[in-house]
Amino acid sequence: MQIYVCVKHVPDSAANIHMIDDRNIDDSVPFLMNPYDEHAVTEAAAMKKQIPDSEIIAVCLGKKDAESTLRSALAMGADRGVLVETDDMCDSMTTARVLHAAIIRDGGADIILTGKESIDSEGMQTQFRIGALFDFPVVTNAASLEITKEKARVSCELAGGRTRTYELTLPCVIGAGRGLNTPIYPTFPDVVKSRKKPIETVARSQLDVSDAPGSAKIVSMAPLVQKRNPQKITGTPAEQAAEIIRILRQEAKVLS
Amino acid sequence: MKQAGIVIEMENGRVKETSLGMITLAGRTADSLTAMVMSGITDDIADHLSEYGVHTIVDLSLPDAPEIRRNPAVQATAVVHAARELELDRILGLSSPEGKDLLPRVAALLDAPLIMDCVDADLKTGTATTSQYSGKMMAKIQLTGKILMFGIRPNAVLPESKPVPAKTVAMTMDAVVPENISLQSWDEADTEGRQSLVEADIIIAGGRGLKNKKNFSLIFDCAEKLNAAPAASRVAVDEGWVPYAFQVGQTGEKVSPQVYIACGISGSIQHFAGMKTAKMIIAVNKDENTAMMANCDYQVQGDLFDILTEIMRQL
Repeated sequence: MQIYVCVKHVPDSAANIHMIDDRNIDDSVPFLMNPYDEHAVTEAAAMKKQIPDSEIIAVCLGKKDAESTLRSALAMGADRGVLVETDDMCDSMTTARVLHAAIIRDGGADIILTGKESIDSEGMQTQFRIGALFDFPVVTNAASLEITKEKARVSCELAGGRTRTYELTLPCVIGAGRGLNTPIYPTFPDVVKSRKKPIETVARSQLDVSDAPGSAKIVSMAPLVQKRNPQKITGTPAEQAAEIIRILRQEAKVLS
Repeated sequence: MKQAGIVIEMENGRVKETSLGMITLAGRTADSLTAMVMSGITDDIADHLSEYGVHTIVDLSLPDAPEIRRNPAVQATAVVHAARELELDRILGLSSPEGKDLLPRVAALLDAPLIMDCVDADLKTGTATTSQYSGKMMAKIQLTGKILMFGIRPNAVLPESKPVPAKTVAMTMDAVVPENISLQSWDEADTEGRQSLVEADIIIAGGRGLKNKKNFSLIFDCAEKLNAAPAASRVAVDEGWVPYAFQVGQTGEKVSPQVYIACGISGSIQHFAGMKTAKMIIAVNKDENTAMMANCDYQVQGDLFDILTEIMRQL
């Protein structure tokens, strides 16, 4: 099986984000693989164990330094990487077109794994757009995955512990959720081995990508600060509880 | 802009409050609103929608078989069909659990731009306000294209009554049942009748201060009394006290309830990313010197076990 995993190079979730102007962030913060994509790579590695003749190819659209995210994917079990290099910020319509073109150029997929969303642009949609471009079925927020003859059986998490279970024919696109697995933590030998694995760099202009019929562009961005001035609720626990109930009833009006 | 279509979500046969809020938001910048309903239209539903400003109500007439009508891939083709028939050039839906599985499908089929989790949207100019970098930033985004799509964060806008006369339109279509994706099983609703996290008015969340799994049941009990949704910080999830589905934060759900009660949560940057748009934050903690206690509306210093037990006793 040809297993493609789409990974994104994003700012570390623990990083404080600062703006350099009203549109762009200071990108000197540490960048890592998007956390949900770690679940996708981990699942691909498990799949390869189950279906031995498989190859895992990690694909990334990003700047030159996104190579480190591909390196992480290789250390986690991907066999090789493809970096489509661009300095542009791409919206999901363009990103999906580029990843689609890169996968076709590379040979074609039996299964494509992604994270359910990226933690930087929070679009939640690239997996669906890739699926539509290939005409492959798509599910997202996968929590369990089982591949049997030409079919994938996937349970996806909704909210509050609810799930939906689907059967998809292969090839298909699966957006990994956090419930899917525990990400592989590469050992030192894994990291050393991964240095010998190949990463191919392709310029975005080398790919045959049609223009999208629409776009989404950030016009302005600012840190979300909500200045709150805490008022203290004091007294005995009984008094504090009574005051909380009063606030819920009279101020927030959410309790009858 | 010609016509804005709104995908309506229902709960127990009624239009969800969060869907009504979305109608209110759309009505601020659109002159003509079309509601798309998937579950059949009763007089009650039609009255309810027209009371909040919907001009046209469309029954997407999905097949009766539940495994087909509930399949988001089928629902997406129905919305796309309606969008084309009615010449919609703006489509809105909730960024709810169901919406996150439906709106991107519609956007992909229409090859139209979509912004999820909008806290505001201007349908005339085609701009959306949404969080970026997992809730740390708020961005204004310009969409371009023939059809523009917006996923609206539940509770971003509260519903306001705005009665207009509404007409009901029947849509006849042969549902396209895709052969490559079938829905095998699903949960009807939360088995224990709990509130959906992203749509709840009140969320009561527990963190490290709960100390163990057994204690965490206090959060669930208190949530039931308050008719609130229970939630957890990442620590509580990683410790195995609650399933991942309850996590609020950068890698969990992003929520904007009327009231967020944070119990024993210190308030990491990742946790705030998931809940700082709450209208009111009440922090309960033994330690006064936490980020949550410094960035809340009401600071309740004390033993959370005593305080929550008291709340339950007094209700």
